Order: sequence, then C-alpha cells, then structure tokens
Amino acid sequence: MTDFLLILISTVLVNNFVLVQFLGLCPFMGVSNKLETAMGMSLATTFVLTLSSVCSYLVYTYLLIPFELDYLKTISFILVIAVVVQFTEMVVKKTSPLLHKVLGIFLPLITTNCAVLGVALLNIKKQNGFMESIFYGFGGAVGFSLALILFSAIRERIAVADVPTPFRGAAIGMITAGLMSLAFMGFTGLVKF
Amino acid sequence: MALIRITSPHVHKPASTADIMRLVILATLPGVLAMTFFFGWGTLINILWAAFLALAFEAACIKARKRPLYFYLKDNSAVLTAVLIALALPPFAPWWLTMVAVFVAIVIAKQLYGGIGQNPFNPAMIAYALVLISFPVEMTRWTAPFMLHGEGWNVLGFIDTLQLIFGGWSEHADAFTSATPLDEMRHRGGLTTEEAWRASDVLANVGAWHAVSAAYVMGGIFLLYKKIFSWHTPAAMLLSLGAIATFFYLIAPDSYADPFFHLTVGGTMLGAFFIATDPVSSATSNKGKIWFGIGIGSLIYIIRTWGNYPDAVAFSILLMNLAAPFIDQYTQPRTYGHKAPKRGIKEKA
Repeated sequence: MTDFLLILISTVLVNNFVLVQFLGLCPFMGVSNKLETAMGMSLATTFVLTLSSVCSYLVYTYLLIPFELDYLKTISFILVIAVVVQFTEMVVKKTSPLLHKVLGIFLPLITTNCAVLGVALLNIKKQNGFMESIFYGFGGAVGFSLALILFSAIRERIAVADVPTPFRGAAIGMITAGLMSLAFMGFTGLVKF
Repeated sequence: MALIRITSPHVHKPASTADIMRLVILATLPGVLAMTFFFGWGTLINILWAAFLALAFEAACIKARKRPLYFYLKDNSAVLTAVLIALALPPFAPWWLTMVAVFVAIVIAKQLYGGIGQNPFNPAMIAYALVLISFPVEMTRWTAPFMLHGEGWNVLGFIDTLQLIFGGWSEHADAFTSATPLDEMRHRGGLTTEEAWRASDVLANVGAWHAVSAAYVMGGIFLLYKKIFSWHTPAAMLLSLGAIATFFYLIAPDSYADPFFHLTVGGTMLGAFFIATDPVSSATSNKGKIWFGIGIGSLIYIIRTWGNYPDAVAFSILLMNLAAPFIDQYTQPRTYGHKAPKRGIKEKA
C-alpha cells in the first residue's frame, strides 16, 4: 500500500509530468485560457491516461513480449492510445454533449499529448507491474490536472494584467510556467526514486 | 486587487500604497536590528545594496515602457522587496548574488507581469528560491551568531564586512561560517533530536534565531495593529504549522523537532508576517486567506521534514501563491442580496 502512495506522491508532486519532466506541454499551454475548460480537459485526460496506461501494459506484456515484437512498442502504443481516445470521445459525446462541445478539438488532440505516450513508455522502462502501471498513469494524470487547473486560474488573472506588449499571451504564459516549475522544485527529495 | 479597509472609522486620508509600503518597511526595523546585532554588518550592507539595485532595475523597466518614472518609484514597493530579499539572504552573501536575486525579483517576477499589483508570485520569494537552487554553496554559508561568541564585533568590523561582500570570499572568513539550526537538524545523520541538541554547537546557539523571530513578531504585531493586513493568513499559517509539528512530536519526539523549534527558527516568522500577507499574491477573501495560510503551514512542515531543502518558507509561499487564484475562485464571498454563483461548464451564449 505504501508503495502505491509513494508512486502517487512521486508522480503528482515530485516528478510532476508537466512541471518537472516537461511532458504534455501542448495542452498545458493550449487549453489553459479558461478554468472551466481546463477542468473538463483534466477529467478527460485523467480518464484517457489511466486507461491507456493499463491497456498499453496489457498489450506489451501479453502480446508483444510473447511474440517477441517489443521493437514495435512505440507504434502499437500510439494505436492503443488512439483507440482509447476515440472511445473516450464517444462516451463524452453520449454522456455530456455540453462538455463535448466545450472541449471541441482538444478531445481528439489528447492522442498527441506526449504525456500519454510518455507514461506508457515509462511504465515499460521502469518495469512497473499491472497495479503499479495503473497508479503511475493515474498519478501522472492527477499531476497533469493539478498543474493545468492551477495554471489556468493564474492565466485568467494574467489576462487582465497590464503585461508589456512583447510579453503578452503565450510568452508570459511560458514565463509563468517556468516560475511554477521553480516552485515545484521545493518538492524534490520527498520521494527518493 | 484593491486593498479595501472595511472598518468604519472614516479616515479622512485614504491609505496610499506608498504609506503602506513605508509602514511595512518600518516594521522590519526590529528584525533588521536583531539580525545586525547577532550576525554583523552584512545585513545592513545587503539592504542598502539591494535597495539601490531594486530602484535602478525598476527605473530601467519603467523607462523602457515609457511610463512616468517618479510616480512609480515613489510607491516604495521596490524598496520593500529589496529589504525582504536582503533579510532572507545570508548576511555575507556576495554582491553578485544579491544582484541576481534583485534582478529576478524586480524585472522577471514583477515588471514582466505589468508592475505593482499584478504579479501572481511574491517577487522576493521567487528571487530567494531561484538563488537557493542556483547557488546552494553561497546560500548555505550563514555565519555563527556573533555576540554569543564573545569577541565577534572586533573580529569582523564594518570595513572587513564590506571587503567580504564586494571583494570576494577569503579563507580567513571561513572561520565565521556555520550552518543554520534547520540545516543542522535536517542533516543530523542517525542522531535523535535530543542527541543532536546536545552534540551540536549550532543548535546550542539557537537563542539568536529565537531573538530574530521575536523581533519579526514585534514588527508583525505593529502592522496588525495598524490594520495593514488581517490576522487570518499569519494565524492560520502558524497554527497549522504548530499543530502538525505538535502531532508528530507527540508521536515520536526522537525523530521530529519540537513545534517551538519549527515556529521560531528559520524564516517562519518573517514569512508569516511580511511575505505571506502580501495583498497581491495571496488569496483575497478572509476564508481564502485561512486556506492559504493552512496550505503554507502544512507545506513548510512537509518540505522541512521530508524534502531536500532545510527551510521551506519560500517554496511553500510560492506553491500557495500559484494556488491563490484557484482558492479565490472557490472562496468568493456572496454579495448581499445575491445568490451564490453557479459553477460548472456553461453553455456559451
């Protein structure tokens, strides 16, 4: 049990995918203009990330390894992720047409979120087991959501600030992300692995 | 964010930003005196040098933006940032360290966001965290409290200190350095807290740190009395830190430092009264301020006890700074006569 808790703390705070490992920066910059959209995106990404992390683990362990095809892992993970995203889109469209409309293009774009592929590949590299893969994916997604939601709340405030013209928009967003990353450095050493 | 005074004695002269900043600078005076008394001339020299740099950087930015120079410089906010940075840095920090810190604080953390009142992070703490990560050797080179060592003042006078800060570090000066009590407690190896207290010279001299903290508390109470900030943030922060520290101390007094140590050593008091209460980068409503304070208090304990950095005030305040807009979103007070706002995804009109 402690192991799983440590994995969660590690992926959410210490090795946050966005702020420490710099994965998934495109949705981090792209969907963070409004808090409400960021929350929807976080939910969708959490779902996809956890599910794809498990699916890719299963595909790798029970399909690629027995047939000695592990050199195909990147391409097969991309396929798995695309399927999971398509599935999520169908579910969201059926259950919450409003959320589907708000998320728009960003929902299919989760496919290209490098954090999703990153988690799948890191699971293999770290030789995580089945349960560990679930927690690693879920923790990574929670960390992503945390960073995205806090960032979008800050961006709503910066949007009305008197930022010098050359720094408006994405530029000040990048600087803010850097400063957030600096603040997250404080967590280094909480979990040692 | 406007700094609204709610109390009803109808003051004829509205509190201007410059007045408030001046009062806060005044309130750091006991702390500055205590630091100088115990750690030598370095603090005073650093304050003057940092204030000069802060005004210079601020002026350069305002000039570049073609804004009225005197109007912005006279609000004292750059000087306050400089004073806070100088108090947080080690007393014998080399001149370039202070320069890097002040540059980051004024130019990047403040002016790039549009100047006073618009920065999401506390500039002084951004600067402190950045130099702590970039120059760990210089940042951990604190001096042993002088007066408690007897001959101190004669050994390192004003001129010597100037030479030390601007002329570079000499081997001769290594005689004065020591770790901070928090460092000592963090890196005590396999010792229990009680053994560490008995074995360490640094911890034997912890009285100097208590005195400095007490001086900050005096300044903080003065500001509270002047109604510069409300009690919510400091009270929530100190109570939560104290409560968590007491809890762990009662469970295992051998492996965790006592709550009094956590509250009175390091930057806790400076952070609680002078930095967490920054009206710009903290939460706005009273309820929000309480959550904000609780967050800082608990993060300080977590990072100090299990993290890599011995003192965590800067990181905790920054982390809560970045959570503050989110806290504000959910602690917005209901306007009288209106319903609470409806949250969630809304259909666009």
